[in-house]
Amino acid sequence: MTEKISVRNLKFFYGATLALKGISIPLYANKVTAFIGPSGCGKSTLLRVLNRMYDLYPGQRAEGEVIFDGKNILEPGQDLNLLRARVGMVFQKPTPFPMTIYENIAFGLKLYENLSKSELDGRVEDALKRAALWTEVKDKLGANGLSLSGGQQQRLCIARTVAIRPEVILFDEPCSALDPISTAKIEELIDELKHDYTIAIVTHNMQQAARVSERTAFMYLGELIEFGETSKIFTAPSDPRTQDYITGRFG
Amino acid sequence: MAMSLCLAATVIGIVWLFLILFSLVWNGVPHLSLSTFIEQTPPPGEQDGGLANAIFGTLLMTVIGVGIGAPIGILAGTYLAEYGRYEKLSPTVRFINDILLSAPSIIIGLFIYGAVVVPMKHFSALAGSLALAVIVIPVVVRTTEDMLSLVPNTLREAASALGLPRAHVVWHVSYRAARSGIITGVLLAVARIAGETAPLLFTAFSNNFWSSNLLKPMASLPATINTFINTPDTNMKQLAWTGALLITVAVLTLNIAARALSNSKHDK
Repeated sequence: MTEKISVRNLKFFYGATLALKGISIPLYANKVTAFIGPSGCGKSTLLRVLNRMYDLYPGQRAEGEVIFDGKNILEPGQDLNLLRARVGMVFQKPTPFPMTIYENIAFGLKLYENLSKSELDGRVEDALKRAALWTEVKDKLGANGLSLSGGQQQRLCIARTVAIRPEVILFDEPCSALDPISTAKIEELIDELKHDYTIAIVTHNMQQAARVSERTAFMYLGELIEFGETSKIFTAPSDPRTQDYITGRFG
Repeated sequence: MAMSLCLAATVIGIVWLFLILFSLVWNGVPHLSLSTFIEQTPPPGEQDGGLANAIFGTLLMTVIGVGIGAPIGILAGTYLAEYGRYEKLSPTVRFINDILLSAPSIIIGLFIYGAVVVPMKHFSALAGSLALAVIVIPVVVRTTEDMLSLVPNTLREAASALGLPRAHVVWHVSYRAARSGIITGVLLAVARIAGETAPLLFTAFSNNFWSSNLLKPMASLPATINTFINTPDTNMKQLAWTGALLITVAVLTLNIAARALSNSKHDK
């Protein structure tokens, strides 16, 4: 299996606080890797290193290596905008932009590619289809993105991410603000998307991790406790802390 | 007991407001006519005349003042909320802006007098506009920063996560989300300067004749009111009342427009 991203001895600091204590983990191409662990274990922090989201804030820094297609993205002089276009991210709360459904998707595209109106229309439709939202919104593409329901908004955000054709998609608790039906839709979608993308998902919902992922990483207090095939992590974990967490004894 | 005190205080406040409005209407309306808008300010002893040159002067200097002040204010507010949010410079800028916000407008007039009028050796509409611009800037800086700060950071992160450069994030996402709030701030700034007298007295001075020359003294409603109300001439006194009514109606309308605009934002 190809490693799309290899994290090697990653340390992360919020000011002087060490939040990730030397993590090494691979993300395999076209697989879903789930990150589980109690709040504050560093799983979201790890995700935010992979597209260098933390760079938006002063005082946050990462040490170590994150190899993405052979290049260490932590090295200075990276084109962060290009990196983020290649490593997309879907957030906990749906974040549609205050514009129409169509523009929510077209607006990122227009920046990167010089597309004709019909090509643009096609890309928007394609993205909405991939996010399983097309049938619900095809007659109201001019409506404000904020007028959609929470689940639809989240799928709009996924469509927006997919539209610019990234290689990796990071999901940061994408269903925590959604009802079970919307959650099921997003999970189906993740299952579809992994054929074309490498996926990492942070979740508090262990059933969700078990359902959608091939690999699971259990993190605790900034350390990677266990990483392996999802079926093994959930049936025969080798570390007692993993065992305690997945059986609900703490966290 | 506490409630009746509060109620009494509220009633007293409102009564004064209505008394002021009533006396403005009572004294201002009788003299209001078409000639108010098309005739120029009269010399003492004449019976007719209007406020055309003063209305024009106020409109022109207000537009130029906002035209200069609003872009500077919006850009500075954008710096504070978007680019310099975590910079050490920002609290200092914010503090100075707050001082400027509460600076007496006559001080600003004096400053422009020293900085523009004295070197040019004469009063000018340009100096008046600059004084108004200096008043506009801190108001707009403050509202722009406040409105941009209300835009959730998750929205900026989401836009950055698509690989959008910072300028695009600000322009397409932050500004769009905060648009009506920023426009409201500009409208409130317009309302604020439309009635300012002190900063115009020794910058634009006043002018009894029609002038659209920015380098010459220019009449304005507040300055005209200030001069006319102090004359013994009844006709001029009445025109002053009419002018006061016009300004009040304009400022009231702007405030209501600003309020309506900021409310419509919450309806979305």
